Amino acid sequence: MLEFIQHIINGLSTGSIYALIALGYTMVFGVLQLINFAHSDVFMLGAFISFYFSTYFRLASHPSAFALVAALLSAMVGCAAIGYIIERFAYRPLRGAPRINLLITAIGVSLFLEYSGQQVFGSSPQFYPQIFKPEINLGVGSLSINPLQVVVLSISIVLMLILQFVIFKTRVGRAMRAVSFNHDLASLMGIPTNKIISLTFMLGSALAGAAGVLVGLVYPKIDPLMGVVLGLKCFVSAVLGGIGSILGAVVGSITLGISEEFLVGYGNPSYRDALAFGILIVILLFKPSGLFGENRIEKV
Amino acid sequence: MKFKNKAGIYALIAFVLAACTGNKSTETTSVGSADIIKIGEVGSMTGSEATFGSSTHNGIALAVDQINAAGGINGKKIQLITMDDQGKPEEASTAVTKLVTQDKVVAILGEVSSSRSMAMAPVSQQYKVPMISPSSTNPRVTEMGDYIFRVCFIDPFQGTVMARFALETLKVKSVAVLRDVKNDYSVGLADFFTKTFTAGGGKIVIDQSYSAGDIDFKSQLTSIKGKNPEAIFVPGYYTDVGLIARQAKELKIPVPLLGGDGWDSPKLYEIGGESINGSYFSNHYSAEDTSPMIQDFIAKYKAKYKEVPDGLAAMGYDAMKVLENAMKTAKSFDGKDLRDAIAATKNYQAVTGTITLDEKRNPKKAAVVLKVDGTNFKYSATIQP
Amino acid sequence: MFRENKNWLIAFALLLLAYPLVGHLEPYTVQIILLCGINIILATSLNLVNGFTGQFSMGHAGFMSVGAYTSATITTVLFPSLFSSASGSYLFIFPLLLGGLVACFMGFLVGLPSLRLRGDYLSIVTLGFGEIIRVLMQTTDFVGASRGLPGIPPLAGFGWIYGSILVTLFVLWRIINSRYGRSFIAVREDEIAAEAMGVPTTKTKVRAFMVGAFFAGIAGALFAHLIQIVTPSIFDFNKSFEIIMIIVFGGLGSLSGSVVAAIFLTILKEKLRGLQEFTFGYDLRMIIYSFLLIVLMLSRPEGLMGRKEISAFLKKFFNKNKEAVQS
Repeated sequence: MLEFIQHIINGLSTGSIYALIALGYTMVFGVLQLINFAHSDVFMLGAFISFYFSTYFRLASHPSAFALVAALLSAMVGCAAIGYIIERFAYRPLRGAPRINLLITAIGVSLFLEYSGQQVFGSSPQFYPQIFKPEINLGVGSLSINPLQVVVLSISIVLMLILQFVIFKTRVGRAMRAVSFNHDLASLMGIPTNKIISLTFMLGSALAGAAGVLVGLVYPKIDPLMGVVLGLKCFVSAVLGGIGSILGAVVGSITLGISEEFLVGYGNPSYRDALAFGILIVILLFKPSGLFGENRIEKV
Repeated sequence: MKFKNKAGIYALIAFVLAACTGNKSTETTSVGSADIIKIGEVGSMTGSEATFGSSTHNGIALAVDQINAAGGINGKKIQLITMDDQGKPEEASTAVTKLVTQDKVVAILGEVSSSRSMAMAPVSQQYKVPMISPSSTNPRVTEMGDYIFRVCFIDPFQGTVMARFALETLKVKSVAVLRDVKNDYSVGLADFFTKTFTAGGGKIVIDQSYSAGDIDFKSQLTSIKGKNPEAIFVPGYYTDVGLIARQAKELKIPVPLLGGDGWDSPKLYEIGGESINGSYFSNHYSAEDTSPMIQDFIAKYKAKYKEVPDGLAAMGYDAMKVLENAMKTAKSFDGKDLRDAIAATKNYQAVTGTITLDEKRNPKKAAVVLKVDGTNFKYSATIQP
Repeated sequence: MFRENKNWLIAFALLLLAYPLVGHLEPYTVQIILLCGINIILATSLNLVNGFTGQFSMGHAGFMSVGAYTSATITTVLFPSLFSSASGSYLFIFPLLLGGLVACFMGFLVGLPSLRLRGDYLSIVTLGFGEIIRVLMQTTDFVGASRGLPGIPPLAGFGWIYGSILVTLFVLWRIINSRYGRSFIAVREDEIAAEAMGVPTTKTKVRAFMVGAFFAGIAGALFAHLIQIVTPSIFDFNKSFEIIMIIVFGGLGSLSGSVVAAIFLTILKEKLRGLQEFTFGYDLRMIIYSFLLIVLMLSRPEGLMGRKEISAFLKKFFNKNKEAVQS
């Protein structure tokens, strides 16, 4: 019984990390109908930016919440900038082009970041500095809850709430929704489409950057290819929950996290990575709009 | 022409230019030079296993430098031609084809990974060029032909090493196994460990698995915790073992971990931290060994590369030294003569032990068991074959 | 120009002539030529699905691995003595074809979900299938699990590979110029309009996947018997991307473009080895490739030949000369 609860806790924690990255995928897809393959590599860059930031300022020697916030900011700002650059120079020129070109470009950006990372950062893993060491012991008996996991879960929920608020209660959010509905109509209504799209990208990338820091903290091993498999799983989470839906991204992520946990704990762990794809295929076959998505009919 | 189209065409031209520059350095040096002995090396200098390749290369290069500084072999200097296989078996196959047929090397050193060695072996065997693998531990590698040798112990032995250590020294009776299914090395070690451990009266309480590159092992560890083992055998690579140790500690699993030579790296403690202290792994040699030969090797290596040599570097060094030893006694550097000389290697004093190659072209060597204690790996025991 | 049968006879004659010549080439050069050949088959078969039918498949390496593993299992695990003997190289036709057929069946399975999937989603699903196939190979002990199958007999000589290329190009060319080919293009251009015109879109897409997968399987079998070992990690999504890069450079929708790009890029990759010496030991090859992919998409997305075949360029060239002479 105890084991069962431990599995649930583990699943929730991995799920909340998937959620942070899935949110980025879902936002960009909502606005551009583009699967941003490079998103998971932005996540990797977030981890490395904060790594170099923390190492330079020697934050590990004075672990504190302040250090954590500083690292988060460094990653989020850095990734937002990178996201802007990618959108502006690689995706925007292809705005009117066939979708396939955009997809190929996204793959190209992703590969470019991965291979460059391997040369610049070195392909062997680095140890992520422990800049935040909460001293609270949150175990009940032999159950173990890493306080960092609680932090990650809380941050994911907080970000989700902030995002919900921004998208549904602010003017900028309304503009984003308008643009995701129809670019041309939105610009006819006076919305600066390009600016809004850039903003969406920057927001999504900032989230990925934050995820990079948190993943680095909880699993302190970072390497240039850390985003690859994670990115695909987070995309599956976003689709599972309904791509374009914020709530869906979080629910889908937690569902995937817990399912993986149970497959590995009670079933055959070798199939862990295949599970994500299996879920993807099943969902796309039976309910392509996902759990919370809307049915989009392709008009002639 | 529109600017955009021009840019595209320039890009294609850049490709062609790059191709032309590439030509120069892959040209072979004149074959006629009688004062040079060419030796080929294939390793992963890029890709996810780049650290293994570069460590091995460092060891080999150190040996080559020393040999050349002492005048070479029979007066001839050695030219080491190194090719990168990017961690892919098909690249290894192409690389060895080039080395053997175009560069006309007399011997091949490589590879670390058994699958890449097995991609190279058929070519080496076909062209009758002896090949010495520094650290491929899968038994099948040397079975591919009588021109294929190795200087390291094989997995069947390494698996039993930790099993015997666990039974005899640690005196544990129940162990959990956590294997990496993506790596045949890990699977092989886990299987041999299980065989020996159960034959010796121990019990494997659970056999869990993960894939190299995973970051979350809590699920497997939770299941392992439920079975209350006295130790966990984790024959994986240091990149994953560090995280596994951490998460085991978080889950409050108090038992030591056991592993193989894949743990050998300074990054093990860097990533694992205190949680990996008190765990043991089998390796090719111990840096604490006071024998003058080992200390001399370590000193020379440190002087050249500014770091302590790991097991792979030592194996690379030994592979080259064994080759040198054979070349000194060989009738000629022709395939068959050289091969016979290598096969006759007997009681050769190498850094990683005394090497005698048996009829299957594998050495009978002892393994050491090291204990992790901070950034040092402390010598714990030697297990003889 | 390949409509005329006489051109195929010429190609066949070239094969017979080239065969003894190849024996005089260096083994290293031959290895490169053979790898080019395998990439030609992979690129053209993928182009059928991605370029002509417009379904952006990213799991081609999965089909390749199915063909590789099937044929390797037959020659190495089930009947090793049969295929190591002298007649082995003639009997190779059986594992080769069987590899293609099993891969074709996988293509059928992968194509089926295309009923409900469009565009980007289908791409991700094909990527997923590729990964699932890889995981299956990794966990099946019969095919060696993570160790793979070493010691495969070297049955893929110049004859087999060149012959396979000819067959592949011939079959693909005939398909594209038939009513099936036109239905592929119709699906690419506008799926809904095609459906409205009576083109059975799902059947068409599945057919494209099956044919593409068949030839990928053939290429996989040849590959396995060239490098003499198969492991699950060879056929990962990086391999799929390599082939995608070839067809994008050559032009999605141009068979001759894929042929030219396959030869060019395979040779280039080998030649660029030496580049490392100029760049302080950093391996910039893949970084340059991916960067050029982006630049290509931004500046000349149709690649080398777009949707035209090489005959169009040759005609233009010859016409230009004619005009110059006349004026």
